[in-house]
Amino acid sequence: MSRRNRKRRATGRRKKQEVAGRPAVNRNIQRLLQASECQAGLQRDKAMESVSFPPQSSIAICGGTHGNEMTGVYLVREMQKHKVDKIGSVSISTVLSNPRAVDVCRRYTETDLNRCFTDALLSSPITDSTPYEVRRAQELNAQLGPKGSEKAVDMLIDLHNTTANMGLCLIFYTADYLPLQIFKYIQNKMSSVPVRAMQLDIPLSDAYSLDSLGKHSFSIEVGPQPNGVLRADIFNIVKEAVDHTIAWLQEFNSGSTFEAGEVEAFTVVKSVDYPRDPVTGEISAAIHPQLQDNDFKLLKPGDPIFLSFTGETVKHEGEELYPLFVNECAYYEKKIAFHLAQKRTFKLPSIHMKKD
Amino acid sequence: MGQMEVDEVMCLPRLPRVAVCGGTHGNELSGVYLVREMLKVEKKVVEEEEEPVLVMIVLSNPRATQQCHRYVDTDLNRCFTHATLNGPMSDTDPYEIVRSQELNTLLGPKGSRQAVDLVCDLHNTTANMGMCLITYSDCDWICLHIFRHLQKEIPDIPMRFIHFDVSNKESYSLDSVGKHGFAMEIGPQPHGVVRSNIYTAMKDGVQHMLDWVRLFNSGTMFKGGFVDVFTMVKHIDYPRDSVTHNITAAIHPHLQDRDFCLLHPEDPLFQTFSGETLRYKGKEPLYPFFINECAYYEKGIALSLARKRRVMVPSIRVETEQEQQANDHEYSSEEEN
Repeated sequence: MSRRNRKRRATGRRKKQEVAGRPAVNRNIQRLLQASECQAGLQRDKAMESVSFPPQSSIAICGGTHGNEMTGVYLVREMQKHKVDKIGSVSISTVLSNPRAVDVCRRYTETDLNRCFTDALLSSPITDSTPYEVRRAQELNAQLGPKGSEKAVDMLIDLHNTTANMGLCLIFYTADYLPLQIFKYIQNKMSSVPVRAMQLDIPLSDAYSLDSLGKHSFSIEVGPQPNGVLRADIFNIVKEAVDHTIAWLQEFNSGSTFEAGEVEAFTVVKSVDYPRDPVTGEISAAIHPQLQDNDFKLLKPGDPIFLSFTGETVKHEGEELYPLFVNECAYYEKKIAFHLAQKRTFKLPSIHMKKD
Repeated sequence: MGQMEVDEVMCLPRLPRVAVCGGTHGNELSGVYLVREMLKVEKKVVEEEEEPVLVMIVLSNPRATQQCHRYVDTDLNRCFTHATLNGPMSDTDPYEIVRSQELNTLLGPKGSRQAVDLVCDLHNTTANMGMCLITYSDCDWICLHIFRHLQKEIPDIPMRFIHFDVSNKESYSLDSVGKHGFAMEIGPQPHGVVRSNIYTAMKDGVQHMLDWVRLFNSGTMFKGGFVDVFTMVKHIDYPRDSVTHNITAAIHPHLQDRDFCLLHPEDPLFQTFSGETLRYKGKEPLYPFFINECAYYEKGIALSLARKRRVMVPSIRVETEQEQQANDHEYSSEEEN
């Protein structure tokens, strides 16, 4: 059975792609784990109950997917300046994803590049009126993908910044063991900054972001950093996370087994918009000071979430959830003040490299 | 000022017209939203007061605000030099040049008797500067007293007075259009973001400023005292690649967020991408500010440096009508001569 058919059977019918930050439906974790096993093409070694994966020998490190998220821009430029293309057993492609947006230091020129990687947009015909970012997505798909195929890079790490106080956050689509083991590894190694994982509960066929091109992928999102600004402390955090990832891949490729364990990750369940003026559509409140900068702190019913410009407090209604991406600059236009997530525990088997 | 006695009170003209301007940079959102809120309320003249103040509320750069960018063609807040304001207009002028001339007609003309009495221009910065009043003069007693008033009324926010020693001929920003003026700069806030605490600080700052103007106009005497004034001395740019002109280092972690903490020779300034520390090579300890301001990368400024000195601010009160008439007569005589 081909990889693509296995994926379709595991994940069901494709859904119509929605705007970014869309809410996800809660799914049965067991079914998700089975789906990701199929997608990764694993073999379960029943005797040791350790899961094996092929060697991870080609990776891509991408920066400037949003042209004003400066850490990735400068880290990729630095790696390109030093002509970094191989570290031990790992071949590395460094990619400046959206050069035109980087040149003008804007998130995008015509449309958000990081929403252009759905199957539909990747296969849409190019005409004169096709936005730059849609064309660029297809170029990147040819270079690093094609998405879903054997030729795709083993791992794609996409570097991002946020204005939200999210520390170091790894973002995945599915409960893929490889990135989750890397997450566990980075969490153990880095103590100077909170390290967390966020999961978007979307099957890979509906995935819209650049990292969906790789076989096993994740984004590294670090904040808070204003758009257009480069902070040394944030740069050092991202550099360290990338270094740890490459070190992990080397260890993996040399035959190490990574122990079983558990990790906590935050699965986004919905998004909340700002209160807005019904006539102008402009926001009429800001994130409440008690919520501002408190990403990942449990939000309870009755907790304040917005403070209007005239001084009224809006309170959270509904279940206890964890807020993320609180006051992210780029999400004002996407009508998202913050995401809300459930905290889940993911059981990880031990993993090792599959030997031929 | 001459030989002023400590208890001598200076008499200054009334301030009947005040302009509050926001969105001079379209992505500095505290001012944008504050101006929008004030326009909704539309209390331009407070009828019940003895000394009403006409408050003009202005969204300076509507197009940039609509796009949530700093500017459309060119930085509006550099378009208020006499040369630019009085230059010939053409169809191909950048949007902001046209707009600066419109604002000069509305709030000025700069340098004339018709100009508004006070311009308060609202700004945000990504630098950790707290609240700053920025002016061209270190002896504009109106601005210095407003600063003292804000310090007293809003004690929980670090507040500083910054002076750019630029002559009236060369002054380039919107606040230079009024007879008195200052920028109210509050940070840190990312551009394109509204932080509630920063918005509240700006709202309080504007309210207290207007309260002070009303008190001043109704005859209150404001006692003098000392103000620490930071006078800009120079800027320092990032180290850059000679070919690409891209920056090759970031503000050092020990300097980042430490605006107004004295920088000594040999203190860390930048950290290169390979981790090397570059140090401050100046001879004089100076006070850094606008550290890592987003909009200044393209202006070649990583940080600005200032000297601090104590300025003795005299007590002031508003001129009485007789004093005002006497001064007007004197002014007219000077004009005739």
